[in-house]
Amino acid sequence: MTAPDAAGLHRRTQDLLAAHPPATTGRTEFLKARFDAGLAWVHYPAGLGGLDAPRSLQPVVDAELAAAGAPDNDPRRIGIGLGMAAPTVLGFGTDEQKQRFLRPLWVGEEVWCQLFSEPGAGSDLAALGTRAVRDGEDWVVDGQKVWTSSAHLARWAILIARTDPDLPKHRGISYFICDMTDPGVEVRPLRQITGEAEFNEVFLTGVRIPDSRRLGPVGEGWKVAQTTLMNERVSIGGARVPREGGMIGPVARTWRERPELRTHDLHQRLLTLWVEAEVARLTGTRLRQQLVAGQPGPEGSGMKLAFARLNQEISGLEVELLGEEGMLYSDWTMRRPELVDFTGRDAGYRYLRSKGNSIEGGTSEVLLNIVAERVLGLPAEPRNDKDVPWKDLAR
Amino acid sequence: MTAPNDETPTPDLLYSEAEEDLRAAVRSLLADRSDAPTVLARVESDTPYDPQLWKVLAADIGAAGLLVPEELGGQGAGHREAAVVLEELGRGVTPAPYLTSAVVATETLLALSVREGPAIALLGELAAGRRVAVLAAPFAAGRPGGAQPVAVVADTLEGTVTGVADAAAADVLLVPATDGLYAVEPGAEGVAVEPLVPLDLTRPLATVTLRGAAGTRLADGASAVGAVRRGLLAGAGLLASEQFGLAEWCLTETVRYTRERHQFNRPVGSFQALKHRMAQLWLEVVSARAAARNAADALASGSPDAPLAVAVAQAYCSGVAVRAAEECVQLHGGIGMTWEHPAHLYLKRAKADSVAYGTAGQHRTTIAELVELPAP
Repeated sequence: MTAPDAAGLHRRTQDLLAAHPPATTGRTEFLKARFDAGLAWVHYPAGLGGLDAPRSLQPVVDAELAAAGAPDNDPRRIGIGLGMAAPTVLGFGTDEQKQRFLRPLWVGEEVWCQLFSEPGAGSDLAALGTRAVRDGEDWVVDGQKVWTSSAHLARWAILIARTDPDLPKHRGISYFICDMTDPGVEVRPLRQITGEAEFNEVFLTGVRIPDSRRLGPVGEGWKVAQTTLMNERVSIGGARVPREGGMIGPVARTWRERPELRTHDLHQRLLTLWVEAEVARLTGTRLRQQLVAGQPGPEGSGMKLAFARLNQEISGLEVELLGEEGMLYSDWTMRRPELVDFTGRDAGYRYLRSKGNSIEGGTSEVLLNIVAERVLGLPAEPRNDKDVPWKDLAR
Repeated sequence: MTAPNDETPTPDLLYSEAEEDLRAAVRSLLADRSDAPTVLARVESDTPYDPQLWKVLAADIGAAGLLVPEELGGQGAGHREAAVVLEELGRGVTPAPYLTSAVVATETLLALSVREGPAIALLGELAAGRRVAVLAAPFAAGRPGGAQPVAVVADTLEGTVTGVADAAAADVLLVPATDGLYAVEPGAEGVAVEPLVPLDLTRPLATVTLRGAAGTRLADGASAVGAVRRGLLAGAGLLASEQFGLAEWCLTETVRYTRERHQFNRPVGSFQALKHRMAQLWLEVVSARAAARNAADALASGSPDAPLAVAVAQAYCSGVAVRAAEECVQLHGGIGMTWEHPAHLYLKRAKADSVAYGTAGQHRTTIAELVELPAP
């Protein structure tokens, strides 16, 4: 079978809609039918929700289905499964694993989380200490993970653990799929700076994972994890943003509507940030145009850096602009939100939550190193951790 | 303009193949005729501009006529292409009256909206690269339209215009006067062009003094005001591309140098403190490219968004160019402070450019008006 073009996808989409009218079809039933028609992620292989079509044609399908009122699979709720687990399973999984996991993942029946970071292994993720010890057909896992979004909702987790402490750190890691309902998996909310628990800590005590749920060869887990992490960083700047579409929007509106709050100092800072937000928007637009033109540029690595700093500065300014009101906070009650919602919240929340933007998904310091070394070609700093057995590293 | 909404236009921020071909031609010309030692030698001579370089750039490559329609003797291209030329001239910190003549003076004449007469004849000469014209307005002329017109007394021109860029290279001065726009020959009676000592050695400044000077009137008062405003808007908008090109050269050269220079038994570019500075600068440089392309595209398409796009590009790119040049000097260490290394030429150009056609602060004030974020 040859890969379909835009016209072919249009026809298949219309066939799907005709066979399963959204108005009279249940949400899950429709999504399953869409997956089986190869219209879930068209660039995936046939039989696994795709048709081997160019990835750039996905918007053709999405737009037609949205226009027809078809349910979507709510990628925000299942973002980790879609963005990180799926490409890794596709790249490294066995046929059985792909058949078992990809469909319920995409449909949203099964939520995924990511058991990577640990209290002692953040930016230096390869230093992780969670152990997986072989016992017959199983691996027995002990350790602690942290910053786990959706762990309390998740059925499955992608997990990296140390299988050989005598090897240098990058070589003694293996990659597993962990069943979050298994005995020994304990999820505790991790309350944050905002007062909420958007993340979790996950304690793993004698958790038994069958070897059939290992992803990739033993000891090759770091290589597998690179696929996951690369996909994590790719998922930036997807949508077209209108002018004042980001955090600058609420503060600009406040400025326009409440002249009594204006000062000259704040005016100068607001204008500077307004310009930077507009330029960041244009840089994102240019990046997308490069992608469409088939000339992907390295600007993506930089966009997260820019937005992290802008979000922090703009929300900080906003608290000051609001003055007395800025000294108040909406609610410190400990809650476990399903989604991070920046713009629906007040300035104090934005100010505090945006502090995480320069830490999560790669700290700004690590991203600057990546830009310096991979984009600019500057030499790496000398390292003394690459050839030392993990067990001998300073911790 | 009303408050921003979802209807913001989608600009084309990439380079076309034709633009890349043009870039290659200009870059190759500059490599042959205007490398750093050549530029350094020229700026201390009496003739900072190389007439041969100008002939090839303006006439043979056709860069001078990019903004001019073919029926008026130009190339019928536009601001996007002229911006690419300016990127290259910025990269080479090239002394050439391109921005002043092929952009500002040319755009001013085009904006007169006349189809014949002396303005059109002059436009043809400029487009062909046979003559150089310069608008007699201060290079630092704050916001577009901020230039003070000279007086007209008994049909002759009376006044002084300070800090005119490239006046020394001009065959014609376009003089905004109280009752219109005049073409004045620099060698004519009553016209004095006195060179100043400029911060930016690669773009000479002069004071133009008119004492009973005669000129050819090209347009009446109202038409002249609008045309000068458009000339300065195009100048400010495309200056951003020069600033981007300059900043890109500074970054590239600094990365190259710090990879090669060893201290403490390591390339200095391997130290994280320096890598982070260069990575941050890279982010600003690619952002400056997007802002500059946006301004060029808005000018080219005659978008109503052009004044905002230009102000945003200027408010952003001025600072990036200065920072890139300052980092270039600092990260080159002592070598960056020497006369023989070209870094100082870039710093001087970047700093002067940050004042030219309005400072970043003046452009932010324009933005405040355009997007309705008023001062207290």
